Amino acid sequence: MNKVYDLIILGAGPAGITASVYAARKKLAFLVITVDVGGQAALSGDIENYTGYQFITGPDLALKFQEHMDSFGIEVTMPEGAREIVKLGQLIKTVTDKAEYLSKSLIIATGKHPRQLNVEGEKEYKNKGVTYCATCDGPLFRGKKVVIIGGGNSALDATLQMMNISPEVHIVNIASQLTGDPVMIEKVKSSPAVKIWNNSEVEKIYGDTFVQGLQIKQHDKIFNLDVEGVFIEIGLIPNAEFASCLEQNKWGEIMVDCYNKTSVEGIFAAGDVTNVPEKQIIIACGEGSKACLTAFKYLSTHRFLEK
Amino acid sequence: MMEIKIYSTPTCPYCKMAKDYISSKGVSYQNIDVSSDQTAAEEMVKVSGQMGVPVIVINGQTMVGFDKSRIDALLEV
Repeated sequence: MNKVYDLIILGAGPAGITASVYAARKKLAFLVITVDVGGQAALSGDIENYTGYQFITGPDLALKFQEHMDSFGIEVTMPEGAREIVKLGQLIKTVTDKAEYLSKSLIIATGKHPRQLNVEGEKEYKNKGVTYCATCDGPLFRGKKVVIIGGGNSALDATLQMMNISPEVHIVNIASQLTGDPVMIEKVKSSPAVKIWNNSEVEKIYGDTFVQGLQIKQHDKIFNLDVEGVFIEIGLIPNAEFASCLEQNKWGEIMVDCYNKTSVEGIFAAGDVTNVPEKQIIIACGEGSKACLTAFKYLSTHRFLEK
Repeated sequence: MMEIKIYSTPTCPYCKMAKDYISSKGVSYQNIDVSSDQTAAEEMVKVSGQMGVPVIVINGQTMVGFDKSRIDALLEV
């Protein structure tokens, strides 16, 4: 733990990767610590709203990001997750599941992870029909009936992916209507394979070795859906448990100002892990670049970069 | 001679990471695309007892997901 980095970036999704590209161009001595590369972007289906690409898949865009990062020969340690951050005078100590690091500044860009449904059978059938990654596991359910839980863009994304390869796709939505982008809702509603259950709650997931069905409740009536796949897309939880020393909002997002400064000097945050309005790939990228520029100014004004 | 099979889908980022990692070790593997081959998909479910990708089989040892340290351990044997 002798080396002191100018900057450590936690996470390598759109925000973390963009921050790393800016840091490389500023020639900072920095390190990226991450559990994966691409983050949630790599798990997205079709992307049609990232400027410059009329159409690109999540994995392809994540690959482009990675290639951009790799072109600078950036030091990345992976898979490694942060456990705690501590301010030590002017330095910041980052404790991970593998080691401890010291840096003069820190950017947290650790994103979010899928929220669990917390119903009977969910844990038991995880990877046995229950999945949180339609992009990864969707093709395994080709020709099988499936259910998507949720009503927002992630749920619609999963539906769009499954409705072309599955004979029956149910959407179980707790709200009175779907809340995603109108373009996606139109596409979903036009498919004869899709059946939408609004105002519905999941009671339990059941089966034998693998999932055989799902029980739901709609207006106090119980229905059993005969499905082999359950895709859970009900929102996301910020990966910020390790950052309890920073001010967070009631959803556990790290509070940042418009310069990406957190409540602790020298620690910045960017992307979906923060309270930035709207969680979008293009926004996360912009936030990552902004966080790095602010970190650079912080390092310069504190004369941290002078040898 | 190492025998390595990777059951994967083309869209799964962890599959790609696993394949890249194994390639970087200079070892060759057989890629099995379970999204286009139904028989292979059933075989994967049988060997791993679950439906998540990637499933990596190194010399008969099965692992689910991309676990770098486990791959390292199995490649060293």
